[in-house]
Amino acid sequence: MSIEVIGITVLWIFLYGYLIVASIDFGAGFFSYYALITGRSNMIHTIIERYLSPVWEVTNVFLVFFMIGMVGFFPDTAYYLGTTLLIPGSIAIVLIAIRGSYYAFSTYGSKENRFYKLLYGGSGLLIPASLSIVLTISEGGFIEERGNDVVLLYGKLFTSTYAWSVVILALVSVLYISAAFLTYYAHKAKDMRAMEVLRGFAIGWSGPTIIASLLVFFAIQRHNPMHFENMLQLAWMFILSLTCFLIATYLIWNRKRLGLAFVMVMLQFALAFFGYGAAHLPYIIYPMVSIHESITSPAMGIALIGAFIAGLCLLIPSLILLMRLFLFDANYVQGLQKK
Amino acid sequence: MAYDPVVYSRILTGLTLGFHIIFATIGVGVPLMIAIAEYLGIKRKDPHYTLLARRWARGFVITVAVGVVTGTSIGLQLNLLWPSFMQIAGQAIALPLFMETFAFFFEAIFLGIYLYTWDRWKNPWIHFTISIPIIIGSTLSAFFITIVNAFMNTPQGFKLDGRTIVEIDPLIAMFNPATPTKTAHVISSAYMTSAFVLATIAALAILAGKNHIYYKKALKLTMVCGLIFSLSTAFIGDLSGKFLAEYQPEKLAAAEWHFETTTQASLVVGGYLDKDHNLHYGLKLPFALSILAHGDPNAEVIGLNDIPADERPPLYIHYFFDIMVAIGSSMIALCIGYLYLNRKKRLSKGKEVPRFVLRLISFSGPLAMLAIECGWIFAEAGRQPWILRGYMKTVHGATTATNVDWMLLMFSLLYIVLGFGVWNVLRRMFRMNTPEEELAMRGANGGEAK
Repeated sequence: MSIEVIGITVLWIFLYGYLIVASIDFGAGFFSYYALITGRSNMIHTIIERYLSPVWEVTNVFLVFFMIGMVGFFPDTAYYLGTTLLIPGSIAIVLIAIRGSYYAFSTYGSKENRFYKLLYGGSGLLIPASLSIVLTISEGGFIEERGNDVVLLYGKLFTSTYAWSVVILALVSVLYISAAFLTYYAHKAKDMRAMEVLRGFAIGWSGPTIIASLLVFFAIQRHNPMHFENMLQLAWMFILSLTCFLIATYLIWNRKRLGLAFVMVMLQFALAFFGYGAAHLPYIIYPMVSIHESITSPAMGIALIGAFIAGLCLLIPSLILLMRLFLFDANYVQGLQKK
Repeated sequence: MAYDPVVYSRILTGLTLGFHIIFATIGVGVPLMIAIAEYLGIKRKDPHYTLLARRWARGFVITVAVGVVTGTSIGLQLNLLWPSFMQIAGQAIALPLFMETFAFFFEAIFLGIYLYTWDRWKNPWIHFTISIPIIIGSTLSAFFITIVNAFMNTPQGFKLDGRTIVEIDPLIAMFNPATPTKTAHVISSAYMTSAFVLATIAALAILAGKNHIYYKKALKLTMVCGLIFSLSTAFIGDLSGKFLAEYQPEKLAAAEWHFETTTQASLVVGGYLDKDHNLHYGLKLPFALSILAHGDPNAEVIGLNDIPADERPPLYIHYFFDIMVAIGSSMIALCIGYLYLNRKKRLSKGKEVPRFVLRLISFSGPLAMLAIECGWIFAEAGRQPWILRGYMKTVHGATTATNVDWMLLMFSLLYIVLGFGVWNVLRRMFRMNTPEEELAMRGANGGEAK
């Protein structure tokens, strides 16, 4: 594999990692607020907090990682995306900032502040929507070079079926992934009441997720036929993805093997996400930036990949330690430990 | 003011960094202080130090949260506000930026573990061990991010071919001439400032009439650390002066209003310049600048007149330099004074450390933070007009997008809200739950001081 293919693969893995952990996090925030206003807070609140507390910081890092890696490997993306995304990017930053800090404020500072919870839960839904704009733009047709300037065509963006279908997919899949994970987590904690509530959410959001996925398929066919053709070449990935979805739903419906069910959900998104990404190649931003013209210095490319591997050698054991201590430690999950 | 994306981009970047630096400094220094307190607690079997570590850690989480989100802001803003700069320099700084994120990742994981495992193991040393990766992670992330900044000051290890940067040698770019002094100064001053921030808290508690021995232990510990770190910061600061003289003479000359290249150059303290560059009310210390620059009173120091007019940094950086140095030196004096009085107090019973000393200490944290901000403004404004010294001017790196002014407004509001939120939450957190109550609850009441 060439350096740029390795580079984009690694970056895509990180983006996928962000997609999963951030979805759990964003969805949990929303459910937590939703439960508060519908008076079911005490049923699922502890489960959500017990999971989120030790991991909330880690989520942001995935995103920053992806961003920096992107610029490192493909600096032209910084120019095109940086210039055009000033407004949506800044809004996303503000939302992320509010969400992160108010999570900490409400969890470690003052207990049960409804307003903090609203900020936290609400921003969690807006962030995926604003971030998904990047994926939309990368399909091409929304940015234009005018002399020395690059501009985002807002009018076109807001009236595009494709853009809206991506936003919808981002929203519903966040809720679906999160609910599937929390169902499993509640089951592990032997908190059956919470499990039932969350299972309801998971089932409820499974339908919209699959409908939204289909919507994106149709929209992409109209918006970027070439990309759609490429996706058809990789049809097996999308079919497998659908199979994983069906298995996951079956398991959650029957309250069986919820851990496996969540793995299926992860696979479902992995297959669809990597299929989408692979079909997008060689373009990063269609048709302006492809992966081939970007890396200008092989020494740096190799150093970056080296740093990646070294970093992963450090991170993976630490992440396993984190999970063993908090996710897979029966005593902690069930709240038997002193805080 | 007419809309100029460069000006607004500079203000916005400055604002974000200026806000982030407060939390980043605490984020680098406080973990070390927490670990020292926990270590003393276990080693001396003294529950006061352990409680100190716990309470600091609890407050620390809140500041970390803001540090994380503002750090994410600046990470993304670099691309949004300086796309042309990132397109060119992005690859060269990618490696240290990457490693910074790794270090931060590492820290984030272990911080999560640390905070939730206080009573998990019978052997307290296991929990203490977890603080070590946090310190390593936070210090390394300061190290790597400062390398990025060092690279912008003394770029090397690449060739510029039109708008593309080629033939990058990652290690030569990372270990550029500015790297050693910059990283050491940033890390040391972060430790120093954190020690003083915590000293401020202890001093305020004692001033408010709390006389539990807990506060006195806290004050003494933080002041001892403060002395060590401020001495090392001053020492590294001197090395930084020598670095500037060699690699960025224009920054040093602008800071000292040194126009003519001369030997036996004098250092200017305070004062102001009129239009014709005549110094008023300033104090000139003969030979001092030559000593600062080259360690030799007779050494020649390059003056601003030898620098092309369009490459001279603004002259106002002199004030920032002076404030930084003045605060740094008075901190050392304050620490020595306090420790001397504290010793005298211990030798003769009944004598307390005078209240005015405590009052001075209560200003040390904010002042040290001010010194950090001033030092940083001095370093950054001092390399104007360059964004990549010698390669790219700031005006060519900025975004061309419209609406940067609105973004500036939005972020200003955000920082006001966050700043207010932190202040509010921290205050409430510590008011509601005093150390005395906590000690009583843990069944470890070390007794009143009197």
